[in-house]
Amino acid sequence: MAFPFLSVIIFAPAITAVLILLLPRDRQTEPKVLAATGSFISLFMAVWVFLAYDRTLGGYQFVEQMPWLPIIGSSYYVGVNGMGVMLVLLNALLLFCAVLISWHIEERPREFFALLLLMGVGVFGAFTLLDLFLLVLFYELVLFPIYLLIVNWGWKPLREYGAMKLTLYLLLGSLVALVGILAIYFTSGLRTFDMVALGGVKFSPEFQRIWFLPIFLGFGVLASIWPFYSWSPDGYAAAPTAVSMLHAGVLKNVGAFTAFRVAVLLLPEGAKFWMPYIVFLMVMNVVYATFIALVHTDFKYIIGFASVAHLGVVLMGFAAMNDLGWSGAVTMMFAHGIIAAMSFAIVGMVYDRTHIREIKELGGMIRRLAPAALGFAIAGFASMGMPGFLAFVAEVQVFLGLWKAASLAPWYPVIAIISALGIIGTAAYMLRAFQYVFMGELKPQFADIPPIGPLDKVAITLMSLPLIVGGIYPLLFLPVVQSGVRSVLAVLGGA
Amino acid sequence: MGVTTFNPTWLLSILPEILLLALSIVVLGVDLALPAERKRTLGLWTAAGLIVILAVVLLAPLPTGPAFGGVVRIDGVAQVFRAVFLLGGILVALMSMDFRPLRQDGPYYGLLLFSLLGMSLMAVAENLVMLYVAMELTGISAYVLVGYMRETPQSAEAGLKYFLFGAFSSAVMLYGFSWLYALAGGTGYGQLAQAMRFIPFPLAVLAFLMVLVGFGFKVAMVPMHFWAPDVYQGAPTPITAFLSVGSKAAGFAVLLRALRFLFPALEPTWVVLLVAISMVTMTLGNTFAVWQKNIKRLLAYSSIAQAGYVLIGVAAASQIGVASAAFYLIIYTVMNVAAFAVVVLVSNLTGSEDVESFSGLARRSSFLGWSLMLALFSLGGVPPFGGFVGKLLIFAGAIQSGLIALTVVGVVNVVIGLYYYLNVVKVVFERRSEQEQEPLEVPAPSKWVLGFTMAAIVLLGILAYPVYQWVWQASAGWF
Repeated sequence: MAFPFLSVIIFAPAITAVLILLLPRDRQTEPKVLAATGSFISLFMAVWVFLAYDRTLGGYQFVEQMPWLPIIGSSYYVGVNGMGVMLVLLNALLLFCAVLISWHIEERPREFFALLLLMGVGVFGAFTLLDLFLLVLFYELVLFPIYLLIVNWGWKPLREYGAMKLTLYLLLGSLVALVGILAIYFTSGLRTFDMVALGGVKFSPEFQRIWFLPIFLGFGVLASIWPFYSWSPDGYAAAPTAVSMLHAGVLKNVGAFTAFRVAVLLLPEGAKFWMPYIVFLMVMNVVYATFIALVHTDFKYIIGFASVAHLGVVLMGFAAMNDLGWSGAVTMMFAHGIIAAMSFAIVGMVYDRTHIREIKELGGMIRRLAPAALGFAIAGFASMGMPGFLAFVAEVQVFLGLWKAASLAPWYPVIAIISALGIIGTAAYMLRAFQYVFMGELKPQFADIPPIGPLDKVAITLMSLPLIVGGIYPLLFLPVVQSGVRSVLAVLGGA
Repeated sequence: MGVTTFNPTWLLSILPEILLLALSIVVLGVDLALPAERKRTLGLWTAAGLIVILAVVLLAPLPTGPAFGGVVRIDGVAQVFRAVFLLGGILVALMSMDFRPLRQDGPYYGLLLFSLLGMSLMAVAENLVMLYVAMELTGISAYVLVGYMRETPQSAEAGLKYFLFGAFSSAVMLYGFSWLYALAGGTGYGQLAQAMRFIPFPLAVLAFLMVLVGFGFKVAMVPMHFWAPDVYQGAPTPITAFLSVGSKAAGFAVLLRALRFLFPALEPTWVVLLVAISMVTMTLGNTFAVWQKNIKRLLAYSSIAQAGYVLIGVAAASQIGVASAAFYLIIYTVMNVAAFAVVVLVSNLTGSEDVESFSGLARRSSFLGWSLMLALFSLGGVPPFGGFVGKLLIFAGAIQSGLIALTVVGVVNVVIGLYYYLNVVKVVFERRSEQEQEPLEVPAPSKWVLGFTMAAIVLLGILAYPVYQWVWQASAGWF
C-alpha cells in the first residue's frame, strides 16, 4: 500500500492535539512547540502532495479507502484532485501560520492549541473526503472547537453573542444540506455515500431542481452567501486572531467547495436551473459587503466584510458553470484564503499592541510595525486585484468565465461588469484602512509598543510568498487547478 | 393456544433475569453483614454483579425465540435492550456511590436491581399480562427510589408525584389492555395482532391510544411528560439519571415491540400519530429547556426532547428506523449518564444544582469540564461524537420512509438544542468563579464512570461500525 499521505495530513494535528491535552496543565511552551510540530508535519506533507500530484493524469490521486460503516455504505475514502490539492495546501499553510502568530497566548495554552489543531483536522477532512457521510462529519467537526475558541479566548464584549450566532448558523446550514444529502443517498438506490459513485448517477431533473437549493444554500451559509452572511463579520470580530484567520481563510472555502462538490457536481441539472438566479445573491455579496466595508471604521469588521465580498466572487466563479469560472473560483479560494488570513493576522498584531480597532484612532503604525504594514500592503494590493498578485489571475478567470456563460442566462455579462466594478470599492476601503492605520502621525501613547516578533515575521513571509510568486508565475498553480477542473468536467460529460 | 408443556431450556432463555433476581438477593444479604460505614461498597457489589450479567447477555449463547408458551420472546432487539439496561444500571450503581446526600444501603441497590429486572422483562414480554407485571415491577421500585431521600422534602414530593402520575397512566393502560382482551379474546401479541384486523377501526384505535398512555409515560413523550421535570429535579441525582436512561429505554423497548407485533394492523394510523407526537415532543422539550436555570430541570426537558428524536426512528417503521432508535438509545444512555455524573460531583461540592454553580468548573477540574462538555456536545449532535452519528442515522431512517417534514422539524430542533447545551458549556468554560482555585476531587467510581462514558462517546462517533452492525443484525429478525 502506498504511503498514506492524506491520512497523515489529516491526523497529524489530531494526534498532536491529544498529546497536548495529556500534558500537565501548567505547561506554557510545550503545547506551542508540539502544535507547531504537528502542523508543520501536515504542511510538509501538503507541499509534497502538491509537488507529487500528477498534473497530466488528473483525477483523484493519493486515494485511500477502508470500510467505516459498511451497512449503510459509508467508508473512509479520501483522495484529492487538483482542486483539493490547492485547498489542502492552503489549510496546511494557514494552520501552521496560525500557530506561529498565536505564540503569545498565555491563557490556558494547552486547550487553545489543542482546539486550534482539531479545527484544522475538520477542515483537512472536509477537503479530502470522498464519502458524503464522513464529509459531513468532518465538516461539522470544526463547530465545537470554534465555539470554545471564540467563547474563551475571544474579544470580551462580543464573544458570547458572536460565538453562539456563528455556531447556530453553521449548524443549521449544514443540517439543511444534510437532509438533501440523505435524499440523494436514498434516491440513488446505490446504498452508498461514495461521491465518485454517486457522481455517475443521473438523477431526474425534477429531483435535482428540488434538492439543489437546500444543499447549495445549506453549505453556502458557511461560505457566507448573502443574506446568510451576518454571522461572519460578528463572529470574526469576536474571535481570537488565529480563529479569524483560519475561519476566513479556509472554513469559508470549505463551505464554497463543499457546496460545489455536492450540489453542483452531483446535481448539475439543478445547478443549471438555479444558478442564473442565485447568482444575484452572490452579486449582493460583492456589492453589499463592499459598501459596508467602505463606511465601517472597525479594522476587523472591514476585513470581515471584505471576506464576505471575496466569497461572492468565488461563488460566482462556480455559478459560471464552465472551466474558466471554476478554475478562477478555485484560484480565488486559494488567494482569498491567504489574503484574509494575512489581513486578520495583521489586525491582530496591531490590536494586541494597541487594544484599539477603531481605524481613526490608530495612525502611524508603519513607524513601529513596518513588517505588518508591508504585509497589509501586500494583502491589500492582492485583495484589490492588482496585476502581479495571485488574486488578479483568479478574478480575471472568474469574470471571463461569467462572460462566457452568457448562454446560460443573458444577464451573466452584466454581472461580470458589476462585480468587476466592486474591485474599485475594494481598492478604496483597503487603501483607506491602510492610510488611517499605518500612515500619518504616530500617537504618543503608541511610541513604545513592542515591534513585530520574529515568528510573526516568518508567518507574514510564508503567507506573502504564494501571493507574489503565484502572481508573477501563475503556471506554478494553474496547471494543478486546471487538471482538477478538467477531471470534474470529464465526469460531467463536458457540462 | 393449547396446552404447552414446560421446557427446561425456557429457564436458560431468561437466565439474565434470573441472575438479576439472584444478585438482588445477594446484595440484600451482604447488606446485613456489612457494618454501616462500609455500606457504600454495596455499589461495587451491584456493579460487579451487573457486569457479569452483561457479559452473559453479550457472550453466552442463550436460546432465542419464544419461551414459556409465548409469554416472552428473546430476540436480537431484546438482547440489545437488555444490554442497554444493564449498562445503565452499572453506571448508575457506580455513580450512586459518590452521591453524598444519599443513604447507602441494601434496599437502595436492591430496588435498583428490581427495577432493572422489571425493565429486562419489559423488553422480552410478548403477552399483555407479563408486560403489565414487568411494568409495575419497574415502576413501583422506581417510585420508592425517587422518594428515597425521605429527609428532603423535594425528594419525597417527587416520589409522590411520580407515583400518582404512574398509577394514573398505568390504570389507563390496563383499561386499554382489558379492551384488547375483550375485543380480541387473548393476551398474546401474535393472537391479538391476528384478531386486530377484524376489530372495528374506532374501537381498535381507542384501545391503542389507552395503551399508548402507559408507554408514553415511561418514555416521557408529550403529552405524558408533565411528571418529568419535577420528578427529575427532586429525585436523587443518580436516580434521575436512571429514570432518564433506563426507564425511557424500557418504554421504547415496549413501544417498538408493541407497534411491530401487536398493532401492525394500525400501522398507517400510528405512523401519523407518532410523527405528530415526535414533532411536539422535540419542540416542547427543547423550547422549555432553553429557559431552565436548574441543571436537572434543563436535563429533564432535554431528555424529553431526546425522546422525541428516538420517536423519529420509531415513526420511520423500518429496519433503519428501529436499528437507529436502538443505537441512539445506547449512545443516549452513555452521554446522559455522563452529564448526570458530573452534576452529582458538582452538587456534592457546591450544594447547588443551578447552572450558575458550574462557573469555573473547567478551571477547577479540567477532567470534569471536558467530560461535561463532551456529554453536552454529544447530546447536541456535534461531531465527531456519538450523538451526531446517532441523529444522522435517525434522520436517514426518516428520509428513507419519506418523512421529510418530520426530518426538517428534527433538524430545527437540533439547532435549538445546541443553543442551550452551549449555554451550559459556556458557563463551564468561560465564566469565572471565586472558588475556581479550589480543586475538585473526583472519587474513583466517578472516574470509572466518566472515563468509560467519555471513551464511549468518542468511539461511538468515530468507530460506530461494530455497535451499529450489532444493532442492525439484531433488528434484522423483525423485518
